[in-house]
This record gives sequence, C-alpha cells and structure tokens, in this order.
Amino acid sequence: MCTVCGCGQATVEGKKVEGHDHGHGHDHHHHDHDHGHSHDHDHVHDHDHAHPHGHDHVHAHSHEHDHGDGHVHSHAHIHGHDHGHDHAHAHGHAHVHTHDHDHGHDHSHSHDHVHGPGCGHDHDHGHVVRSEDAIDYGAGLAGVHVPGLAQERIVKIERDILGKNDGLARANRRRLAEKGVFALNLVSSPGSGKTTLLVKAISDLKEKHAIAVVEGDQQTSNDAERIRATGVRAIQVNTGKGCHLDASMVGHALDDLDLEQNSVLFIENVGNLVCPAAFDLGEAHKVVVLSVTEGEDKPLKYPDMFAAADLMLLNKADLLPHLDFDVEACIANALKVNPRLQVMTVSARSGEGMAVFYAWIAARAALAARPAN
Amino acid sequence: MHEMSLMESVLEIVEEEARKAGATKVKAVRLDIGELSHVEPEAMRFCFDAVVRGTIAAEAALEIVRVPGQGWCMDCCETVALSERFGACPKCGNHRVQMTSGDDMRVAELEVE
Repeated sequence: MCTVCGCGQATVEGKKVEGHDHGHGHDHHHHDHDHGHSHDHDHVHDHDHAHPHGHDHVHAHSHEHDHGDGHVHSHAHIHGHDHGHDHAHAHGHAHVHTHDHDHGHDHSHSHDHVHGPGCGHDHDHGHVVRSEDAIDYGAGLAGVHVPGLAQERIVKIERDILGKNDGLARANRRRLAEKGVFALNLVSSPGSGKTTLLVKAISDLKEKHAIAVVEGDQQTSNDAERIRATGVRAIQVNTGKGCHLDASMVGHALDDLDLEQNSVLFIENVGNLVCPAAFDLGEAHKVVVLSVTEGEDKPLKYPDMFAAADLMLLNKADLLPHLDFDVEACIANALKVNPRLQVMTVSARSGEGMAVFYAWIAARAALAARPAN
Repeated sequence: MHEMSLMESVLEIVEEEARKAGATKVKAVRLDIGELSHVEPEAMRFCFDAVVRGTIAAEAALEIVRVPGQGWCMDCCETVALSERFGACPKCGNHRVQMTSGDDMRVAELEVE
C-alpha cells in the first residue's frame, strides 16, 4: 500500500511539476477515431444436423476484417444450437466469440463472451468503458430542493475515480498514434532487470528503429544515464514519493521528447508490481518483466499486474541452471491470472530469447507506423 | 495499490461537483468500491482524512459501498459470484468465468448543503 505518495513531488527532469493539475496545451476530450474501415468477411459455416427430435447446429464463422489503415481483426464465432422439437422451441444458444484486435491506434480489447439466451441474459459485458465522465444529476434530492425548506441535498455523481488519468492516457495515445509511435510500458518489481533488458534491447535495435525512453523512478537519474549511454534519447521522471507513473507525467515527458515519426518508445515504470497496474499511460501494451530469481507464484501474489499486461518476459534465464525455479509452473500461474498473456523466456545478459522479443516489437511497430505527413 | 493518489482524484471530483452544485459544505461522500478492485478500504479512509483537511469536504463522512464481484460463467451460462478476479465458478469449479462487475471505483454521490 502506498499511503504517502505526495503527488505534487513529481519532477520531469529539471522541471517541477505542479501536483495533478496540469495546464496542457492540448485537448483531452476529443475522440478522434480515424479508421478507414473496409471489412472483408469470410464466413465458413459448418452445419451438423442430428435428427430426429434433436437438432445440433454447429456454426463456425471466421471473419477477417481488413481496415484500410493496416488493421487486421479476426473474429471467430462458434454457434451451437440445440432444439427441443416440441414446437414450443426451447432454444439454447451458445455463442463463443473471440476477438483479437491488434490495433495501431488508441484502443485494443479482447473479449470472450458466452451468451445463453435460454439461461437469462442479465450480464454485463466486461468491457472497460471509457466514455466521457458521466455526470448524472437526474436523481436524488437535488431536483426537488426548495430554498428555505431543505438545506441538505444529495448530488449523484457516478464518476470514475481514475477517469482523469484515463482521459490523459487517451490524449497520450492519440499523440503517439499521430506520430506512428509504438509505446511499451515496462513494469516489474525492483531488481527484475528491466533497465539491463532495455539497454540490451536498445543496443540491438537502435539501427533498425528510432528509439526514445521515459525512465520512471522515485529518485535519481541513474537509469536515464544508463540508457543515454546507448546513444538514444532518455528522459527521467522522478515521482518523488509516488510509486507509479501516471498519464500526466508521461504527457509532460512527451512534450520534451519530441519523438521521431514511427519510433519505438519504451516507458520504464517505477519498480513496483502493484500500483502501476491501474494507471494507463497511453501505451500500446504493458510488458511485465519477471526474473527467475523471484518466486514462481508472483503472478498469483500480484495478479493485477499480470492481468493488465499483454506480454511477460521471464528474465535472467541464464541463471536457471543454478536455481530451483520451475519455469512451467510460473508460466501456468501467469496464464491462470491472464489466459491471453504471451510469455517469452529471455536473458538480457546472454541475449537468449531476445530475438523473439525483437520480432514481437518489429511486427507491432510496423502496424503502428504511419506515413509521414 | 495507490490509495493516496486515488483519493486526490476523489477530492478533485468532489470539489468540482460541490462547486457546480453551489454547495458550501460537503457532508458526506459515497464511493462505490468493487470487491475485486484492489484497493484497501481502510487505506482509502486513512488517505481521505489526510487529503480533505482544509477543503470544502473537511468534515465530510466517507461512506464506502462494496460492490460484489460477479462474473459470467461460460460453462454454467449464468452470472455467478466471484470472490477473486480470476477465481473459479462456485457452481462448476471451472475457471471459465469472465468478470462482469466488482472492479468499480466510482464517486457515487455527495451529500451537500
């Protein structure tokens, strides 16, 4: 728990940042989705009818959507129908939708839904709804307040506590997308080897990609200096007592970084496996780094972070011969918390497995890239 | 998690809404905090007392309503209670449950005068 994160103490290298109230020169409440959508659907239906008095339909649909802007979505639907044949038609439908979107723009989600109309349709879809802050004054006593009669009023608000951060993150994401920048938010506990891994990756990738780094730490600019030694631009954000980067800190860093078109931005978060999970910075993916000198059960102990991440790098693999670390068990734990998590076993020191990570970056950076204006 | 900076955000929302409502004093703040959101209500109370000092909400009571965790079990085809984010379905024991509520963190309402 972080009960003492003086929010006014963050500094973006060389500058004092005023608390959490920043006058940005940009507009945070815009939603610009400029997708050129043209969908191509390919459906494959397989029907399997088992008569008599019992119908079994299995439909497998597979859609490929190709948006004009280089986004490819693929949807796979499997519908299973079961008909009881008494003309009262009790239908039980089971739909399984798997959406996997890899977007170069400012949203990405994946859903797994099972719908059963026969068994009550009263569920919410687990979407993260990032609408404008909803303010509802409609209900409550405020509407019937008569001066002189009642002094107390209830004001209905229903505002998301993280709404402001999410709004700033959206603005960051839009800025990054406009420049075709592919941004990763690296999170881990302290000492997992994030900075060493970054230094290695930058040294290997800097010929191929323009790279910039935002370094988050409570104090010191040691890490930014290590990164700068590789020859790429790095900006240190000191969070003071804060235990995570937030979207406004990253927004300020972006002001100063002047990112190159179609570059790769690494954001190294504060070493902390808890707090950074909740704060969207505008990145394309959170990448969680776990080292084999930590426990296999870390994903279970700190599920939020592993749930929020899209990729896990199991680092320091060169030490495995000296340890009792059970790689399989660790990966199983991570997948239990997040079945969609991709896992790569790497060693920043020996370079083992790093090529797979680089290929992962290259594929996604290519999707994020935009032609220069 | 990060209760202090969350509470700073709560205060910002409270001050803004109280101003819009033309209030002179905030008497109570109600938060909806999901059981599956990973904040500690006790830590939030502690931080609330710290951040409201000297503000329009200085004397406000903090009410925290816990929103129960729920998920949609893909095997049972129904909404089931969920005690942890990636927990098993209490009916069938499978892990094919998609969380549908319980990670909320909202300022729900204010009582003002």
